[in-house]
Amino acid sequence: MSTATEHGNGPRIGVYVCHCGLNIGRTVDCRKVAETAAGLDGVVVARDVAYACSEPGQQEIKQDLLELGLDRVVVASCSPRLHEPTFRQLVQSAGINPYLMEMANLREQCSWVHQHDPEAATAKAIDLTRGAVARVRLLQPLKPEVLPLTQRTLVIGGGVAGIQAALDLADSGYDVVLVEKNPSIGGTMAQIDKTFPTMDCSI
Amino acid sequence: MTDVGRHPRIKLLTLSEVMEVKGYVGNFQVRIRKRARYVDENQCTACGECARVCPVVRPDEFNLGLSSRKAIYSPFPQAVPAAYVVNAGECLGHNPAVCARCVEACDKHCINFHMSDQEVVEEVGSIVVATGLETYDPTEMDEYGYSRFEDVLTSLEFERLINAGGPTGGELIRPSDRRKPRSVGFVQCVGSRSARKGKSYCSAICCMNTVKSTLSLKEHDPDLDIKVFYIDIRAFGKGFEDLYQRSRRLGVKYLRGLPGKVEPTADGRLRVAVENAAGGKVEFHDLDMLVLAVGIQPAGGTHRLQKMLGLQLTSDGFFLEAHPKLQPVDAATRGVFYAGCAEGPKDIKDSVTQASAAAVRAIRLMHQGHILTEPITSEVITEHCKACGRCAEVCPYHAITVDPKKKLPAVVNTAACAGCGTCAAECPFGAITMNHFTDRQILDQIDALLAEHSAEKVLAFACNWCSYAGADNAGVSRVQYPANVRLIRTMCSGRVDEAFIWHAFAHGAPVVLVSGCHIGDCHYINANHWTEKRVERVRKKMAKRGIRPERLQLAWISAAEGARFARVMQDMEDLRREVSAEEIAATVDLLAGNQAAAGTDPGKAEP
Ligand SMILES: Cc1cc2nc3c(=O)[nH]c(=O)nc-3n(C[C@H](O)[C@H](O)[C@H](O)COP(=O)(O)OP(=O)(O)OC[C@H]3O[C@@H](n4cnc5c(N)ncnc54)[C@H](O)[C@@H]3O)c2cc1C
Ligand code: SF4
Ligand code: SF4
Ligand code: SF4
Repeated sequence: MSTATEHGNGPRIGVYVCHCGLNIGRTVDCRKVAETAAGLDGVVVARDVAYACSEPGQQEIKQDLLELGLDRVVVASCSPRLHEPTFRQLVQSAGINPYLMEMANLREQCSWVHQHDPEAATAKAIDLTRGAVARVRLLQPLKPEVLPLTQRTLVIGGGVAGIQAALDLADSGYDVVLVEKNPSIGGTMAQIDKTFPTMDCSI
Repeated sequence: MTDVGRHPRIKLLTLSEVMEVKGYVGNFQVRIRKRARYVDENQCTACGECARVCPVVRPDEFNLGLSSRKAIYSPFPQAVPAAYVVNAGECLGHNPAVCARCVEACDKHCINFHMSDQEVVEEVGSIVVATGLETYDPTEMDEYGYSRFEDVLTSLEFERLINAGGPTGGELIRPSDRRKPRSVGFVQCVGSRSARKGKSYCSAICCMNTVKSTLSLKEHDPDLDIKVFYIDIRAFGKGFEDLYQRSRRLGVKYLRGLPGKVEPTADGRLRVAVENAAGGKVEFHDLDMLVLAVGIQPAGGTHRLQKMLGLQLTSDGFFLEAHPKLQPVDAATRGVFYAGCAEGPKDIKDSVTQASAAAVRAIRLMHQGHILTEPITSEVITEHCKACGRCAEVCPYHAITVDPKKKLPAVVNTAACAGCGTCAAECPFGAITMNHFTDRQILDQIDALLAEHSAEKVLAFACNWCSYAGADNAGVSRVQYPANVRLIRTMCSGRVDEAFIWHAFAHGAPVVLVSGCHIGDCHYINANHWTEKRVERVRKKMAKRGIRPERLQLAWISAAEGARFARVMQDMEDLRREVSAEEIAATVDLLAGNQAAAGTDPGKAEP
């Protein structure tokens, strides 16, 4: 697989630096991060946005993707553990392989943990964004495989929670294996006569 | 409960425990051990003839030892399944049968001493973990005299004592003399909210449980003197404040302050010494009975399941959700969900709510009947493979087949590959590409992070599930730490190739940190064992070449350890300050030759 694109002139990257309201913007100079990113190899456009994950934020990015013919995206915002699925979906909706999106974590790793040092936080944000751009340049489109799945659930523990989960699943037409270590299901609740807040009996 | 026993779609396995889970989301194979009941579950009508003749008398654990049962018994009247069960350890001898009176007593011939433990293998697509709670054992809190006085009970024992189906038929009696108590005290937060003994968190249910108990006591006996010793009453839920106020109106006395000591009086009562927080004076209260509102802890088997399924725990020991707000019932492991107190202390309503949520999350995953795999898997470049077998040896999922004898090159089973990248890091010939985390992608990222002022930076590798999540946790908790660290995320610390470390040093990194899940908590079974060995190996090579091995660090940080993450970053920064510009330059010079010689193939970039 090559990293060259349909445009033939190497990757066309868009970089979006999110303020996350004041969460990032108060500490990190997002405009400066975007300006620095604009000068990096392969970056066609770099902007700072108020909320990248919001509907208007996503629209703005999507419009760029389509109008500027971008093929790779860096979102410099929060942790990928939070919004990676969101932005992958976004680029996919613009016809770009979702694995050609990379995030830089400016919130959890910069603004929130270096609150009293905006300069260092901004320098770090620039580095992380530069790292993400370097990475996104080389990312390759990937495709998930479709595998068969067993429509059956194992529930471990037959207390009130396990019982409820098992019944909801079973009543919705899914088979359940309920494993309980004791000779009977019921758990702690079975030992209790009246329960708050209704003061009625529990089983 | 009975609905579960009857439901055609629910297969109920009691006396059973999960021994092993193989496979991955959508296709788990679960090995379950089902202990022998010695009574035919389907035939037994719970008539109880067998128990009548059994000569063995034992304390009844369901009533927490407040009553007795036989060696063949029904767990409790509403049990599901209703069938009796033989405790083989207590039976006078079931194999060979020594007494066998129960066998004769059962007209339906349900009792069969030839039953043995069984192993069952089940195929499932998703898993709900609902292992619940255990109550705190207050024995260590000697000041409350739990093990010294018969009339000091835990709240759960008290529940059994006043239960209509319990040992006294719901009649409240004092265990020591079986007389009706005139006064009862409750001690709150036993084993909770304490830095000294028990746990530091609030168990969430014990305040309301005590309020409930006072109401039922007052209902039976309006003149009973009831005192509650507490720190503060947490009546936060819907309808809770009403109950609390009702309890106060009925004359229950709420006294702020926890007892310091419980002593016996001459007339066989309990003298409770409390420093009343309102007045600061030590007061003495003589009571007939004392109930300890014990806290909630994770179930005993939690650690075993955590390891088996590659899950994470909070610092409190409960299962950790993928995200506290957006995915509160999902585990980070795809296809696994949490319900009830396994995830944290909560009441029945919240347990049930969460269980329904977990069921829907499981359905959402399964309803299409197929599943899309994560394409972040490894791939063998067959031309480069020398069939040495190293990758197959290190793969925690046995996802690689290779035949070193016949020189058949390695092949990755992408469905089984979980994407840890350990094989790619360990292959001596650079013959494995780890998709989405290729050598080139990571090396370029290192270059970019070290491009400016490299001497001021700490380069850190962090695994997605633990240490990177720990960094997120530090962020969410706003724990401040030095701004010099630059993190590179890999799925697993097992992905961190020697070449990455050398590359970082060659490009001027003063300190390199490799971080991942604690040993035993690895999201990829045990891939971090290889990380540990590899880091050790690189440090030895560093020492040999005259590079201070301290400049390469290894740290295990869990997803819940934000504060620890910050501490480690401070340590790294302290280390960095000790590395001089000359030292960095010497390393860069030393390694530059190697890098040039190795050409572009990062697999061979190590010295
Ligand atoms: C003294 C006391 C009084 C309470 N009073 C009230 C009240 O009045 N109102 C209220 O709303 N809440 C009350 N609660 C809280 C309530 O009991 C819990 O919310 C509820 O029981 C949680 O249900 P669960 O299914 O998560 O756990 P549990 O009820 O503990 O059930 C867990 C089940 O899983 C099984 N299990 C555990 N590990 C394994 C394993 N490895 N393999 C297989 N099976 C396993 C256990 O045997 C058990 O059957 C009270 C709790 C206590 C301790
Ligand atoms: S619920 Fe009440 S008694 Fe229980 S730990 Fe919290 S404050 Fe203490
Ligand atoms: S470790 Fe590398 S060379 Fe050895 S068998 Fe695996 S892929 Fe082939
Ligand atoms: S990436 Fe990990 S799970 Fe996949 S084949 Fe390699 S070692 Fe095995």
